Amino acid sequence: MRSTSPVGDPRTPGREPAVEAVGLVKRYGAKTAVNGLDLTVARGAVTAVLGPNGAGKTTTVEICEGYRRPDDGTVRVLGLDPIADAAALRPRIGVMLQSGGVYAGARAEEMLRHTATLHAHPVDVDALIERLGLGSCGRTPYRRLSGGQQQRLALAMAVVGRPELVFLDEPTAGLDPQARHATWDLVRELRRDGVSIVLTTHFMDEAEQLADDVAIIEGGRVIAQGSPEELCRGGAENTLRFTGRPGLDVASLLKALPADSVAAELAPGTYRVQGKVDPQLLATVASWCAQNGVLPNAIAVERHTLEDVFLELTGKELRA
Amino acid sequence: MTATDTGRTTGTFTPRPGAAPLPRMIRAQAALETRMLLRNGEQLLLTVVIPALLLVLFSTVDIVAVPTDTAGGTGKPVDFLTPGVLALAVMSTAFTGQAIATGFERRYGVLKRLGASPLPRWALMTAKTCAVLVTEILQIVLLTAIAFALGWSPGGNPVSVVLLLLLGTAAFSGLGLLMAGTLKAEATLAAANLVFLLLLVGGGVIVPLAKFPDAVQSVLQLLPVSALSDGLRDVLQHGAGVPWADLGILAVWAVLGLGAAAKWFRWE
Repeated sequence: MRSTSPVGDPRTPGREPAVEAVGLVKRYGAKTAVNGLDLTVARGAVTAVLGPNGAGKTTTVEICEGYRRPDDGTVRVLGLDPIADAAALRPRIGVMLQSGGVYAGARAEEMLRHTATLHAHPVDVDALIERLGLGSCGRTPYRRLSGGQQQRLALAMAVVGRPELVFLDEPTAGLDPQARHATWDLVRELRRDGVSIVLTTHFMDEAEQLADDVAIIEGGRVIAQGSPEELCRGGAENTLRFTGRPGLDVASLLKALPADSVAAELAPGTYRVQGKVDPQLLATVASWCAQNGVLPNAIAVERHTLEDVFLELTGKELRA
Repeated sequence: MTATDTGRTTGTFTPRPGAAPLPRMIRAQAALETRMLLRNGEQLLLTVVIPALLLVLFSTVDIVAVPTDTAGGTGKPVDFLTPGVLALAVMSTAFTGQAIATGFERRYGVLKRLGASPLPRWALMTAKTCAVLVTEILQIVLLTAIAFALGWSPGGNPVSVVLLLLLGTAAFSGLGLLMAGTLKAEATLAAANLVFLLLLVGGGVIVPLAKFPDAVQSVLQLLPVSALSDGLRDVLQHGAGVPWADLGILAVWAVLGLGAAAKWFRWE
C-alpha cells in the first residue's frame, strides 16, 4: 500500500523527501505515544496523517517540528535534523498548532503582521486577511476571537512566511462548513503553488478531499499509507450494484466480466458484481445490459471509503 | 500571479522562505512585547498606578512615620520615598509583570509557537528584556516627574543609579522568569502578586527596615528589593558614591535567578 511515486510538483526543488521518519519512538512516562513509526512525506503534495484521538498524530508532527526529541528513531525534515539544525529549518517551515500560540491581548491583524515581519519574503498580509475572512475581526484581541477565527489566524500565521513545508495540526477542528471549505481551498492553493503540506485530521472526508497521500496512524504507528484510491482499493473488493428485470442470466454476465469477478442476483431484480470496479467494468456491465435489452433502474458503484478501510484495519471507528 | 526574477510565473504561496534580518526581528518583537505589557490593564495598575499613588500619598499624608532627618538627608518625606518607589517600579515590571505575562504566554502556547518561528530563543529573551527596560524608562520618567513636583531633590552619582537599576532589573527578571518557566500560569499569577505585596511591605520600600526587629532586619536586608531601595536611597538621598554592598547583593540574586531560570525554564 506504499505510494512509491509521490505526486511531486515539478517546480518544487529539492531531492530529499519533505519528511523522512524511521522507527520513531516517543514515551511519556509509562505511556508510549509513538511506537516505531515510519513515515515518508513527499514534496509538493498534501499528506494527511489520519487517526483517532490519542493515536500519536500530534506527537509525530511535534517531533518533526523540533518540539520533541524522539526516544528512538531518526527524522529528517527537508533533509535536516529538526533539533540539531533548528535554526536552519525554522524559517523554511510553517507551523499551525492545535490551539493557542497568540498573545491573549494581541489583535488578529497585529499578530499576523508581526509574524510576517519575522520572515524575509512574506506574502501580502492584506490579501491573506481578505482571503481568510479575517478583515472584520482584524482589530479584535485574540482572546475575544471565535474559535473559528482563532483557527484561521493560526493558519494564516503558518503560511505567511512562504514556507516550503507546512504542518497543520487539525486545521479544521471546530470550524463551520463554510470556514472548513475556505481552509480546504487554501490548502489546495498551497499545493498548487508547490508547498508541501502535512495535516493531521480525524475527518475522513478531509483526507479524501485534500490528500495525495494518507498515512493512517493507530497505536503510535503508521498501519497503512497510500493515496486515498490505493487505500480504498486495497481493503477489500469493491462492489457494483444494479437493478433490472428479475431473472437475468447471471452466467452470461459472468462470461463478459473479467476472470476474478463475482456476480449474483441478491434479490429478485437486484444484482451485485464484485471485483476490481473500474470504468472498464462499468462499461462492460452497461454493454451487457444493452445486448440483453435491459435498462437498469439504478446502477451504483459502491466504493470503499477510508472509514471502511480504517474499520477493517483496526476494528475501530475512526471517530470513536 | 506574479512573475519572479527567473521569469517564471508563480503563485502567491510559491515557497520563498527565509528569516528576516536579526535586528529587524528583535526590534519587531521588542515593540510587540512592549505593547502587550502596556496594553494590559492589571499590569498598568501594578507598574504605574500603585507606585505613583504610594509616592503621592505617603509624601503628602503622614501615614507611615518616615525618617526625614537621617544623616545627610534633606528632611522631606519625598526624598526617602522616591528611591523606594523607583525600586518598587523596577520590581513591578521586571519581576511581577514579566512573570505573569510570560507565565500566560507559556500556558497559551505563545512561547511554543514563537519557538517554531525564525526568531531564535535568545532573541526572544533579548526582546523581552528590551520591553522591560522601555517600560521601566516610562515608569521612571513619570515617577521622577511626580517626585520633582512634590519637591524631590536628589543627589549622588547618576552612574551608580543606572548600575543599581540595571542589576536590579537583571535580578528581578531572573526570578520572574524562573517562576514563569516552572510554575503553572495561575500559580505564577498568585505568587507574583503575593511576593509583590510582601516585598512592598518588608523590602524597605515605604516602611524603613529600621522599624523591624534586628534579627528580621538582617534577613530583610538581603532581599533584592531591599538592596535596590537601600542602594538607591544611599545614592539619591545621601549622596553616596558607589553602594558596593547593595550592588553585590543584587549581583548574587541576578546570577542565581538567571542561572536557575536558564536551567529550569520550560517553554511549554
